[in-house]
Amino acid sequence: MASISSIWLKYSAPVTFYPLAGKLVPWFSIAAALLFSLGLSISFFVAPTDFQQGEAYRIIFIHVPAAWMSMFIYLVMASYCALGLAFNTRLSHMMASALAPTGAMFTFIALWTGSFWGKPMWGAWWVWDARLTSELILLFLYIGFISLQAAIDNPVRRDKAGAVFLLVGVVNIPIVYFSVQWWNTLHQGASVNMTTAPTMAQTMFAGMLIMAAACWMYSIAVSLVRVRQLILERECRSAWVTDILETLK
Amino acid sequence: MRSVFFAVLARDLTLYLRRRSDILTALFFFAIITSLFAMGVGPEINKLRLIAPGVIWVAALLTSLLSLNRLFSSDCQDGTLEQFLLAPQSLSLLVLAKILAHWLVSGLPIILVAPALGLQFDLPAHSLWILVISLALGTPILGMVGAIGAALTLGLRGGNTLIALLVLPLYMPVLIFATSAVDASLSGQGVEAHLSLLAALLVFTLFFGPLAIAAALRVSQD
Repeated sequence: MASISSIWLKYSAPVTFYPLAGKLVPWFSIAAALLFSLGLSISFFVAPTDFQQGEAYRIIFIHVPAAWMSMFIYLVMASYCALGLAFNTRLSHMMASALAPTGAMFTFIALWTGSFWGKPMWGAWWVWDARLTSELILLFLYIGFISLQAAIDNPVRRDKAGAVFLLVGVVNIPIVYFSVQWWNTLHQGASVNMTTAPTMAQTMFAGMLIMAAACWMYSIAVSLVRVRQLILERECRSAWVTDILETLK
Repeated sequence: MRSVFFAVLARDLTLYLRRRSDILTALFFFAIITSLFAMGVGPEINKLRLIAPGVIWVAALLTSLLSLNRLFSSDCQDGTLEQFLLAPQSLSLLVLAKILAHWLVSGLPIILVAPALGLQFDLPAHSLWILVISLALGTPILGMVGAIGAALTLGLRGGNTLIALLVLPLYMPVLIFATSAVDASLSGQGVEAHLSLLAALLVFTLFFGPLAIAAALRVSQD
């Protein structure tokens, strides 16, 4: 146990995490590239055509993983923020900031592909469905977090203000989700209910899981690259960063 | 403990009442937005009655945004806020007093004016009551959640627009529960469920709101 916790503590310092992240980035990038090519080939060539929805259903292979990632990344950011507020670790806040653009991107992709899917299926680009609406609010929360952090110059305040906002948001998300569902069932009859859709073929499900894994690898790789930049920016006055910058010249 | 609460409350109320025009400006803003909706949608009374709950509530949300940036800014500038942070009493309690004072001058007038605006949209008397109750339960939540945004953006450039961006998505559950209650009363359904949910939300924010606001204020003064 002691050795495990000491490893955690060791890599919670930016000076040791920076080179570790640098070593990990290529591995995660390669994994993402392999999984994406495998997942995309399954989703385009292997998975059978859906007998109800035709070829258009294939958008599920990016839509569902993106929606999963959008929610999951928000939770990961919130846990980093809670860690950062509790233990006052700079790196946790930096990780949260590094994840935010990726999370916002996946939320946007989920909305965008959702509307592309909705047009052939529901006959409308946008439906005020409970899930779509809460996803939209999630996008607003991501944008709020990013613009709040962009507006604050003092790094300590930026970290903590972002963390407080994110934690308030995470408390709010279940309330938003249930209120939207409540509102939706009152205002319109059941449109397309995806939870009672016919069970999925095995290959479809496998393709979706592989795509989700690819999105994971991509998110980890990108946020590690981003957190390295943030570390350099924040720690630019410390000796080890000056050394790194010297070697780059 | 209690005396500090009332001291802050009395002080803030005095300050607000010295600038009565601010209160009136907000009220007229509220009235103008609702009449803009009527003009945008057209004078057909059946349609207006249908959208009235949403329109009045959205106008209330926007009006509550107006005064948020002044909630802590003058206290921050003259050093009162630092004294609050240093005070032996809990910061959450002081914040609660400030928000109560703010609600008395910003939320309460909206509740009093809303029935008149509801009449313009031909809401029946029964629905007007529900509208008032929903506003009475909902506007304190708006004040609480808005204060979190105000504390986070205290003294930032572009803070005003930023507050709107941060706070409006968090307002959404209040809007949904409140307008559903009025809608239900319009269509003759029961309103208890909606109002109970709104009340539950109020209790929840009354408990956790001051803690979050205090945390945000501490962050802003780092």
